[in-house]
Amino acid sequence: MSSQPKFSGDLAHLPTYGFGARSLTWWGVIAFMMIEGGGFALAAGAYLFLMSQETAWPPASYPPALLPGAIFTAIILLSEIPNTIIKKASEAQQLAKVRFWLVVIDLIGVLLFVVRAFEFAHINVRWSDNAYGSIVWALLLLHTIHILTDWVDSVVLTALMFTGHGEGPRRFVDVSENSLYWRFVWLTWIPIFALLYLVPRFV
Amino acid sequence: MTAPDPGAELRDGPDLTGDALDARLAETWADKPGLIGWLRTVDHKRVANRYIVTAIVFLALGGILALLMRLQLARPESGLISADRYNQIFSMHGTTMMFLFAVPVMEAFGVYLVPLMVGTRAIAFPRLNAFSYWLYLAGGIMIWVAFLLDIGPEAGWFSYVPLSGPAFSAGKRTDFWAQMITFTEVAALAVAVELVGTIMKLRAPGMRLDRIPLFVWSILVTAFMVIFSMPAVTLASSMLISDRLVATQFYNASEGGSALLWQHLFWFFGHPEVYIIFLPGLGFVSAITETFCKRPVFAYPLMVGALVTTGLLAFGLWVHHMFATGLPRLGYAFYTAASMAIALPSGVQIFCWIATMWDSRPRLELPMWWVIGFIITFVIGGLTGVMAASVPLDLELHDTYFIVAHFHYTLIGGGVFPLLGALTYWFPKMTGRMLGDRLGKLAFVLTFGGFHLAFMTMHFTGLMGMPRRVYTYPADMGWDTLNLISTIGAFILASGVLIFVVNILLSLHSGTVAGDNPWGAASLEWATRSPPAPYNFRHIPAVTSSTPLWEETLPVFSGLRVTERELLLTTVVEAKPDLREPSPKPSIWPLIAALATTLLFIWSIFSPWAVVWGSIPAAIALIFWFWPKNPPDLEKEPVIE
Repeated sequence: MSSQPKFSGDLAHLPTYGFGARSLTWWGVIAFMMIEGGGFALAAGAYLFLMSQETAWPPASYPPALLPGAIFTAIILLSEIPNTIIKKASEAQQLAKVRFWLVVIDLIGVLLFVVRAFEFAHINVRWSDNAYGSIVWALLLLHTIHILTDWVDSVVLTALMFTGHGEGPRRFVDVSENSLYWRFVWLTWIPIFALLYLVPRFV
Repeated sequence: MTAPDPGAELRDGPDLTGDALDARLAETWADKPGLIGWLRTVDHKRVANRYIVTAIVFLALGGILALLMRLQLARPESGLISADRYNQIFSMHGTTMMFLFAVPVMEAFGVYLVPLMVGTRAIAFPRLNAFSYWLYLAGGIMIWVAFLLDIGPEAGWFSYVPLSGPAFSAGKRTDFWAQMITFTEVAALAVAVELVGTIMKLRAPGMRLDRIPLFVWSILVTAFMVIFSMPAVTLASSMLISDRLVATQFYNASEGGSALLWQHLFWFFGHPEVYIIFLPGLGFVSAITETFCKRPVFAYPLMVGALVTTGLLAFGLWVHHMFATGLPRLGYAFYTAASMAIALPSGVQIFCWIATMWDSRPRLELPMWWVIGFIITFVIGGLTGVMAASVPLDLELHDTYFIVAHFHYTLIGGGVFPLLGALTYWFPKMTGRMLGDRLGKLAFVLTFGGFHLAFMTMHFTGLMGMPRRVYTYPADMGWDTLNLISTIGAFILASGVLIFVVNILLSLHSGTVAGDNPWGAASLEWATRSPPAPYNFRHIPAVTSSTPLWEETLPVFSGLRVTERELLLTTVVEAKPDLREPSPKPSIWPLIAALATTLLFIWSIFSPWAVVWGSIPAAIALIFWFWPKNPPDLEKEPVIE
């Protein structure tokens, strides 16, 4: 490059943060959603493929007990209410509100793990019994890892928001994208719930 | 909340340019010298160089395995290598070439070149990039150490069940293979995310979607293919390892499992994998063709459309690997049609390159030799692919050396030849020196000639019925001479690659000094020093056409901070300036996180509890990675420490 280049504009006035598709964080979150969504879709495909090989489904046991699964589904769907509050509050940069509702949603996460434990306890098949048992355990385990990782992420973020770092606008972008990811977590649960609890009963 | 004052910090501009700016930017962007600086780096060029060097080492190792197989097969009833060792050798050859060489080296070129070609200072998520390299290295070392300890994979690079299941593959051989998959796929997925982020958000102002270099388009499509295909193999291999470790029954037919489930999941990844290797190759060819024909590649929109179409169709033909398993008639028809259809976008690109050359006076410099070698070889490989897409013929040829010949024509012709051309072409940018011409031409002649001698012959060996993956064969089959010719060809090919590497080593020290743009190319990576400074560009370039360096001047933008790492984010379609975001500083935590993850992955070969206990150090490392290192200073603009 020559020593005195031709300047066609200046960037100093641009903001240093933006929400949604303007930020790099959003693209990272979306890309990870595609990876995980693809993984879940393939696992669901494996479930249906194995089902197509059998004459009875479940082959030799009862379907998982409906009640824990239904309670889990109800709680995770309702968690979208605080999740939306957090997302909106973060985009309005309301720190106190964000802090409060982050704590609430972290506690909801704890509740979800308790109910999930009951789901495992009433799954009515061992992973080693047959391929049905294996894929049922796999789907439930994958989704548990899914909520666990996002829960750890949320707890760390909550802690961060209670430090002085929480006042930086870029942290609100992190909170907003974390809420977006939580939407993905409960959205992926709906087809998994249908596969584990409804398909063996009604299909 | 008080907003920081943008005027308070030092920025580039008319008052700060040239050498003074270089010195200031270097202070901000350069790594600290010494081992710690080397381990902490997040510079995409340094990480990519490591990836490329490591991948070439694995190419050499995989090549040595190939030569061992060729030595064994050079004559009938040879006792050089035992059947068991031979199984491990061909499994390791395929595994090494696909997972440790081809995909990583292609992504590495993306990591090196994409930020430069789109005109930005760093890759998106640079720490993830460093993490991915360490993970890839650990996975590669793990599988090779296992192999040297006689616990290498033994069921082929696609590890079909039940051969790879607990009943037929005792011990830990297949488990190491399955975890190698986890290592390399996590690394590849991380790189894909970075590349998507970089291409979508970090393009120079004015680099609209229709001005993106074709190589960058090829990398974008490849990255999306990685994102959609690699979860399949990760899922499949996790299910395999759990069948072997905790007695799940996914693939056990007597308990409702299915061997075909493995094949579907594996090939849903495995077929796109071929295009993941081949599409960046097409990108190399487009870049080289443009430069040496001194005109943009003919029919840019068609070229982009062909790349995207190839990416989509690649997901619709995995079943053609399974024709011999028995399928519904409709399945045969559909996947035959899809497999033949994918020849169309490939053909479009071939014709566009030929049209580009036709319409110009191509300079026959060394990189163009590889392009021509690619076109000849790949067309042959593509045609045998169309042949094998036909079910009756496929049933005849399945698992014979004809198939071995076919996929080496596509992978070496479509992937490795463009790669060697790319290494020749970008060597001056990466090192500041030209690659030696005479040795380079000798390397091409030997590689090209040796390749066709070895693999053209295999078509006939296969047509005469020789199956692949047999460690020896009887003398009276009529295959002796053909096999001997293939072995001679393989050694000539290897000598060509060896000379290529020797040429690199010699040129590093005594090659002609290259300058910024030795080929007179048009894309932005040639607008900066060779090798580029850690911050890539002094000022952010402004793009007004698809060939910015062939315009009269390259205008620039001023105003990014120079005392902190800062990037320009632009809008997705129009690439209008939108935000300034900080870029992460170097950190040791990606390395520590990779080591913790390595512990988790290797431990879980031996105990399922590793997934529980091994996750804890990995999680702690990730938290330290993200946690800010200094108290916040809201008076100043943001940084990522």
